[in-house]
Amino acid sequence: MRYLPLILKNSWRNRRRTILTIASIGISMCLLGVMVAMFHAFYLSDPTPQQALRLVARNRISYTVTMPLSYEAEMQRVPGVREVMVSQWFGGIYKDARDPKNQFARYAVEPDKLFTIFGEFHIAADEEKAFEHDRAGCVIGRDLANMFNFKVGDRINMTGDIFPGEYEFTVRGIFDSPRASDEMYFDKEYLEQSMPERRRGNVIMYDILIDNPANSARVAAAIDDHFHNSTAQTKTESEQAFIVGFLAQLGDVKMFLLAISGAVMFTILLVSANTMAMSVRERIREVGVLKTLGFTPGSILGMILGEACAISVVGGSIGYLISMVLMRGVVKSPFGGFLPSLKVFDPEVALICVVAAGLIGVLSSLVPAMGASRTTIVDALRSTD
Amino acid sequence: MAIPIAYNLRNLVVRKTTTIMTALGIGLTVAVLLAILALIHGLSTTLSVSGDPLHVLVLRKGAESELVSLFTRSQFQDLKFKAGIAKGSDGQPLASMEVVTIMILPSYANPDGANLTVRGLPPAGIEMRRNVHLASGRWFQPGQREVVVGKSVAQRFPGGQIGQKVKFGRGYWEIVGIMDADRGTQNSEVWGDLNQVSSDLQRVETVSSCLVKATDAVTARALINDLNDDQRLAVHAQSEDDYFAAQTAQAVPLEYTGIMVALIMAVGSSFAAMNTMYAAVARRAREIGTLRVLGFSRGSILLSFWVEAILLSTLGGLLGCLLALPLNGVTTAIGNGNFAEMAFGFQVTPKIMLTGVVFAVILGSIGGMFPARNASRKEILTALREG
Repeated sequence: MRYLPLILKNSWRNRRRTILTIASIGISMCLLGVMVAMFHAFYLSDPTPQQALRLVARNRISYTVTMPLSYEAEMQRVPGVREVMVSQWFGGIYKDARDPKNQFARYAVEPDKLFTIFGEFHIAADEEKAFEHDRAGCVIGRDLANMFNFKVGDRINMTGDIFPGEYEFTVRGIFDSPRASDEMYFDKEYLEQSMPERRRGNVIMYDILIDNPANSARVAAAIDDHFHNSTAQTKTESEQAFIVGFLAQLGDVKMFLLAISGAVMFTILLVSANTMAMSVRERIREVGVLKTLGFTPGSILGMILGEACAISVVGGSIGYLISMVLMRGVVKSPFGGFLPSLKVFDPEVALICVVAAGLIGVLSSLVPAMGASRTTIVDALRSTD
Repeated sequence: MAIPIAYNLRNLVVRKTTTIMTALGIGLTVAVLLAILALIHGLSTTLSVSGDPLHVLVLRKGAESELVSLFTRSQFQDLKFKAGIAKGSDGQPLASMEVVTIMILPSYANPDGANLTVRGLPPAGIEMRRNVHLASGRWFQPGQREVVVGKSVAQRFPGGQIGQKVKFGRGYWEIVGIMDADRGTQNSEVWGDLNQVSSDLQRVETVSSCLVKATDAVTARALINDLNDDQRLAVHAQSEDDYFAAQTAQAVPLEYTGIMVALIMAVGSSFAAMNTMYAAVARRAREIGTLRVLGFSRGSILLSFWVEAILLSTLGGLLGCLLALPLNGVTTAIGNGNFAEMAFGFQVTPKIMLTGVVFAVILGSIGGMFPARNASRKEILTALREG
């Protein structure tokens, strides 16, 4: 610690090099920050309190295969279940489907249960009433309303693809949600009535509210066991696991995140190692002087490692700050609505990033630092770079 | 007069550790870019060889994928006598009514089970698909609970071997053959007899889709228009090529993310290249002075250092290609429009590698500009005194 001022002075000596190195590490680190935050949200984070109370049941075969409507009443009887709601992925085409903006999520649900299941949604009581009373009504998230400038009373026209037909919905309410809310909910009865007889009574998903987060795994297993010998077996999992599983359908997300993080970390290691090797080579004569003054090899080793560590921790911290800006964009995107555990700032992620930066710094300077601490005074003083 | 390139080459060789470390940093950036490009290219090749421009895929109006589409046998009776449909070896129109569903099977990568597309089709459907042929075993027999799986299924799923049984619909089906569709998506499908599969799924009257083969490209277009204009049929016909091309859209988010990552990494590694070149300029101040005394102009010093930076980054680009090459042929899978697994291989083509090298050169030439300018601005006397 005594040498801290000296370490800082040394690292600030070749300003251009230090700034370039910090910039280089910072930029790589901001990528790592985003990757770690994603990975954390996917695989390591705890669900939000409301989320922990929700399970999602679907047909075991696929997200696209249905279950009978009669399951609702049976699930309701499983101990630990507070409420069960039908949730149909509507799909549908709004205006030009090629514009990703028009591809917001639409679900057909049971209006009287929606705000019980999603306790974190806030809506005015009269709007909720109006929604319950209009079979062709819908409620939309604040983000969706802002995006298209929808107001209560507006009509939204849609063409069905999974459920063929023309649909017209009236916006009955706009709800607020702590996460991105570009989604729309409408009455499943509307859908049911417009379907031909033989297609009715099939459900894609059930959203289940349980009474205690600790029972989550037990209730899920009880539901799956109950339908084990039925024609349509179920797969019930926590909402978080459901989302991660759904995204995994798009490709090997875990592998993608790990591979990029690995490449980025290795790049930082190279950049930092290169910088330290260059600066140690230039200063080898000084090392000789320091040794004559009585600095031990250990303290010289520590000073060089400290310098590398300082540079990469500064770079890493700047990188993490930039990654927070990027994460803001990710959380605001429709993707963020999908993944409520995604956060702009997460102390764990921040810690991982800064510690990783520090470790990379130490690791990268190990070779030049050992070299410098081992050279004899005479060799060091004689060196002419 | 220009300074010979040999001067720069030797300089790079003399400081080999720094050179290699900088080049490797650039190489990793290039490798990330190449990996993404190879992935996208592999996917689009798979999708483009899967379709045949003469094939017309008929779905229910409004259906985007075969899975949500419906097609009735009575529609088929009207459709198969349309003009422009090619005749098969048995003299019947080459029109294949197909039923598509999804099954779950544990794969090596996903022991909980990954989804596969199951297709029930008549013999005409096999005859039409010229890219698909039997690799081993035999075709399924009509009336038997037998299926043939694509070669990716056999590779990626422990339970996808000949003689094993898979479960979908109301029971088990025996795998009797493995088919090879070159690079096509059919490699990830499970095929069975139309009547057997559709009755098992209780979808005898209403199957999923219909694939017809037109006699030539012009009739294919006419047939598509004819089908789409037919109010009574109420179907959506498109060329099979277009259907698969639309699925490439699945990979667009991945492509954007990957290219963004590569660009951000590129900024980082161009700073690192700058660092190396500034150090090179500083260490060689006396040399620069000497070169100036010998009569080389500021311009040629600028050019020389710039060329050196470009050489350094070209080396990085080549290293990146080397790093990305082992990816060639590695298979991975992505969900298709039916949420079922679609396996495809990374394809590192010469064109993609060239893109990588060009990317590295651009990166290096931007990063090398400033140090080179710095070198050319040195005054002879101060330069000689430095170092």
